Amino acid sequence: MKIFRADLHIHSVLSPCGDLEMSPANIISEAKARGLDIIGITDHNTTRHCSLIKKLAAESGIFVMQGAEITTKEEVHCLAFFENSDTLNLLQYFLDLNLPDFKNKPLIFGDQVQVDENENIIYTEEKLLINAISRSFEEIEAFVHENDGLFIPAHVDRMKNSIYSQLGFLPENMKADALELSASTTFEKFSVNHPEVGRYTVITNSDSHFPGQIGTSFTFFHLEEPTFQEIKLAFKGIGGRKVTFR
Amino acid sequence: MKIAEIISKLNLKVLSGHNGLENEITGGYVSDLLSDVIGNAREGEVWITIQTHQNVIAVASLKDLSAIIIVKGSVPDEDTMKKSNEEDIPVLLTDSDTFNIAGRLFELLKKE
Repeated sequence: MKIFRADLHIHSVLSPCGDLEMSPANIISEAKARGLDIIGITDHNTTRHCSLIKKLAAESGIFVMQGAEITTKEEVHCLAFFENSDTLNLLQYFLDLNLPDFKNKPLIFGDQVQVDENENIIYTEEKLLINAISRSFEEIEAFVHENDGLFIPAHVDRMKNSIYSQLGFLPENMKADALELSASTTFEKFSVNHPEVGRYTVITNSDSHFPGQIGTSFTFFHLEEPTFQEIKLAFKGIGGRKVTFR
Repeated sequence: MKIAEIISKLNLKVLSGHNGLENEITGGYVSDLLSDVIGNAREGEVWITIQTHQNVIAVASLKDLSAIIIVKGSVPDEDTMKKSNEEDIPVLLTDSDTFNIAGRLFELLKKE
């Protein structure tokens, strides 16, 4: 089994809160400099930068988990990842359908631009991406799993946009593939008051919005090779695949 | 004042938790963050929210709230209904928004 360094929560320039320096090319060079083997691209309620980043990253030997950070109706942030372009497109369709038609005000929220590999703007998202979509936590979880995706409630320790802040505690029988802790805590600290998180696989990511944050928090994945299916096995702890921390 | 009284006076629809209609009301609390309700709502209060998630029932039960009013015509998930019946905590529905229903409830309770 080999050990891979993964940071699965990175925003690109397409997220309104993502720094303008978070272009696909910059994200990859920063990830490379930080020694990351696997990165997750998780813009707010959109997947439009995933395929370009995946393509460019492959040239640098970095494996990309393609997905989004979805805001549920209850305003819980959740990471969702899909294995191939078909299912990722289904997610994009689901997001387009359920994101309210409320226009972004770039001066307040930030620009929402998609760029090509030469950093030319090729698309501007008009709808405000940080809005909540009109589907509940459970509906989104069901959608993700019906399409063989991975569902990970994000930064559960934060008292803003987390499962604990919005819904008080972990819902009974919650079907999550893992829980994410932010960089500001550790499993040891957080599980003192929330021992129930130990029932789930816990990972930690940087939630990067600008290049200097990439890889500042990460998780080790013990895998045969960096693939979506191997990562899925690591979440389940099957066949020697597992996740560990620093 | 009992829950049954505010149902007629505020024109609320009882979705579930009928066994709790005789609960006595001590006041009201308005919040959509369940973590905030856990921290700050007090026993006997009616909780007004847009949240429809099943966790609202567990929170109401934990805090011994008298009822939950769900605003703006939202209808909770089936799990929420089921748990409300198990816990005997009425879930009441209104098309009104939070500002208006809270104002009217406040007026009713003030007269007591």
